[in-house]
Amino acid sequence: MLPNYASPVEKLWYWTFRLVCVLVLVFLMSPLLAIIPLSFSADSFLVYPIKSFSWRWYAEFFGNGEWTHSLKNSFIVAPAATLLATVLGTLAAVGLTSSNFPGKSLLMTVLISPMVVPVVIVGVGAYLFFSPLGLTNNYLGLILVHAALGVPFVVITVSATLSGFNTSLIKASASLGANPLLTFRKVVLPLIAPGVVSGALFAFTTSFDEVVVTLFLAGPEQVTLPRQMFSGIKENISPAIAAAAAVLILFSTTLLLTLEWLRGRSERIRTAKA
Amino acid sequence: MNAPLTAADGEPLKKKLAREQRLKQFKAIALVAPLGLFLLLTFLVPITSLLFRSVDNPEVVTALPHTSQLIRAWDQRGLPSDAVYSALAEDLARAKADGTLADASKRLNMEISGYRSLLMRTARKMPLQLAAGESVRDHFIQIDERWGDPDHWHAIARNAKSWSPYYLYRSLDLRENKSGVPELTPVNERAYLSIFGRTMWMSLWVTVFCMLLGYPVAYWLANLPKRQSNLLMILVLLPFWTSVLVRVAAWIVLLQSEGLINSGLMALGIIDHPLQLAFNRTGVYIAMVHILLPFVILPSYSVMKSIPPSYVKAAISLGDHPFAAFWKIYFPQTLPGVAAGALLVFIMCLGYYITPALLGSPEDQMVSYYVAFYTNVTINWGMAAALGSLLLIATLALYAVYSKLVGTDRLSLG
Repeated sequence: MLPNYASPVEKLWYWTFRLVCVLVLVFLMSPLLAIIPLSFSADSFLVYPIKSFSWRWYAEFFGNGEWTHSLKNSFIVAPAATLLATVLGTLAAVGLTSSNFPGKSLLMTVLISPMVVPVVIVGVGAYLFFSPLGLTNNYLGLILVHAALGVPFVVITVSATLSGFNTSLIKASASLGANPLLTFRKVVLPLIAPGVVSGALFAFTTSFDEVVVTLFLAGPEQVTLPRQMFSGIKENISPAIAAAAAVLILFSTTLLLTLEWLRGRSERIRTAKA
Repeated sequence: MNAPLTAADGEPLKKKLAREQRLKQFKAIALVAPLGLFLLLTFLVPITSLLFRSVDNPEVVTALPHTSQLIRAWDQRGLPSDAVYSALAEDLARAKADGTLADASKRLNMEISGYRSLLMRTARKMPLQLAAGESVRDHFIQIDERWGDPDHWHAIARNAKSWSPYYLYRSLDLRENKSGVPELTPVNERAYLSIFGRTMWMSLWVTVFCMLLGYPVAYWLANLPKRQSNLLMILVLLPFWTSVLVRVAAWIVLLQSEGLINSGLMALGIIDHPLQLAFNRTGVYIAMVHILLPFVILPSYSVMKSIPPSYVKAAISLGDHPFAAFWKIYFPQTLPGVAAGALLVFIMCLGYYITPALLGSPEDQMVSYYVAFYTNVTINWGMAAALGSLLLIATLALYAVYSKLVGTDRLSLG
C-alpha cells in the first residue's frame, strides 16, 4: 500500500504501475468477453453492434450434424485419452517417487518431453508412422497420441502431490497387514487424489483443445470440436463459432473452478499434516 | 571381533537390506515401465523414424538399382561408360513396368527441373533397339541430347545411395556442388534460412512482450493481499484454460477491419479508416502474447511469492531509494525463475502453428507451418522431415538448457 507521505513521483509511479497491470488483465479477458455476446446475435456476421437477440446460433451449434458430430467425437477421444494418460502417468509417478534408480532424472526428462516437442512434429511423426499400421483415420490412433500429449501433466502433478506424501503411512498400513494393492487403494490413492484429478483435468483439456495432431491423424469421421472450429475459422467465420466458443468458455470456467477447489483441498491436507 | 548383524532367520542383515533395496528398485521400474513402453511406441519411435526420414533417399536406388550400383564406380569426369548406359536402359524398362519410375523421376526432378519428362520420354523408347554398330551411349544421346550432359549423370550419382543429406541441406539453403561439398544456394532460391530466422525472431519478440507485460502483473499479484490476488488470478487462469481456438476466433472478431477495436477507434475519431490488425504480423503477435502470457505470469508469481518482503524493506530503511532497492535487491532474486519462464515461452513459441496459420499472412508463417505444408499439400515427406528435424533439434537443445537450469523434477504447473 502507498504510504500517505509518498512523494508525487512515487504516487504517479504507483498509479501508472497499477494502470498497466489492470490493462494487462483487461487484455487477457477482453477476447473472452467480446465473443460471448456475439453468440446471441441474430445477425449472420460476427460484428458489433448487436441489433437483436437470438438463440439461433446455439440452435445451429446443437442442431447441425457437423457440430454435434464433432462434439460427440471430442467427448469420445478426450475421456479415453485422459483415462489412459491418468492411469499410466499415476503408476509412473508412484514408481518415480518411491525409489531411486539409475537414469531416473533422464527418464523423467523423457516422460515430460511430449510437453515441449513441437506438436506439428508429433503429428507428422505419428501420421507417417501410424499410416502403414492402419492407425490413421480411426479413433484409436488419435486417442493414443492425445494420451501421450497428456501424460507429462499427470506425471508432474502426481509427483508433486507425492513429494508431500508421508511414506510412513504405507509402512503403517503394511504393518497392519494390508497388501500393497490394498494399501495403494485405501491409503495412497485417497491422499493423492487431488493431484491425480488435477493431472487428469490437464490431460483432458490437452486432448479437448488439441487440433494439430487431429489435423494429421483424424479422418472425416473423427473430426473433433477444435478441428471443426479450425476449419470454421479458416473457411467462413459464422456466429455458430461464437456459440461454440461461449459453450467452451463455460466449460473451461467449470474446469478451472473444479481445479481451484481441488488445489484448495490438497493445500488443506498438506497444511493439516504439517 | 564383531559378528555381522543378522536378521531373525540368521541371514546377514546387510545382504538382506541390499536385496530389499533391489526389490524396491525393481518395483519402481516395473511401475514406470508401462508408461515408458507406451511413450516409446506412440511418441519416441514415430519421432525417431521422422528423423531418419529426413535422410532417407530410396527412390533412385529402388527404380534404378543396376545404374546406381555401376555409377558409384564412375570417376565423375566426362560421361559414364557404356555399361552404365546399358544398365540404365535395363532399369528403365523394368521400372516402367513395376511403377517405381514415377517416384524416381519426381526425385530427380528436384535436382534438375525437366528430369521427369526426360526419364518418362526415354522410358517410352525402351527396350533399346540399337542400329548396327551404334553404341548405347550414342543411342541415348540421340533419344535426348541431355543424356550427353554430365550434370544429368551427376544427379543420378548423387542419389545412387539410399540415404542423402539433400533434404537437410536444402532446409538450410545449401546444396551439394559437383565435388559433393555443401555451398549456399543462389540468393533467389533461398527460402528456409529466412523462415528459421523469422521463427526465432518472432519467438523472441513474443517472449519479450510476454516478459514486459507479465512481470509487472506477477509482481502486483504477488504483493496483494491473498484474497484480492486469488480473485484477480482467476482473470489470468480463465484465458489460460480456454481453448486456443476460441481465443484465436475471439481475436479475429476483435481485430478484423469491422472489428470492435477498429470500430471503437473510429467512433472515438482517433482513426478515420480501419487499421490492418488481423491477418498480419500484428495479429499474430497479439494472439501469441495473449496465449503465452499466463506461462510467464504463473511461474513468476510463485517465484515472487517466495521472496520475503523484508529484504527490500531493509534496503529502503538503510537509505536506498525504493527503485534502487527493487532493482538491486528484488529483481536479481526473481531473475532465475523468471528467466526460466521466459525460456519455456521461447521454446513453446518455436513450435507455433495454429495461431500464425489462422491469424497471419503467408509472410508470418513459422517453421511448423512448412512442416505441415510439405506433409499435407505437396507430399514431400523428405522436406517435411528435414525441416521438422531441425526444428526438433533446436527445441531439444533449448529444453536441455531449461532442464539444466530448472531441473525437470522441480517443474510444477501454476
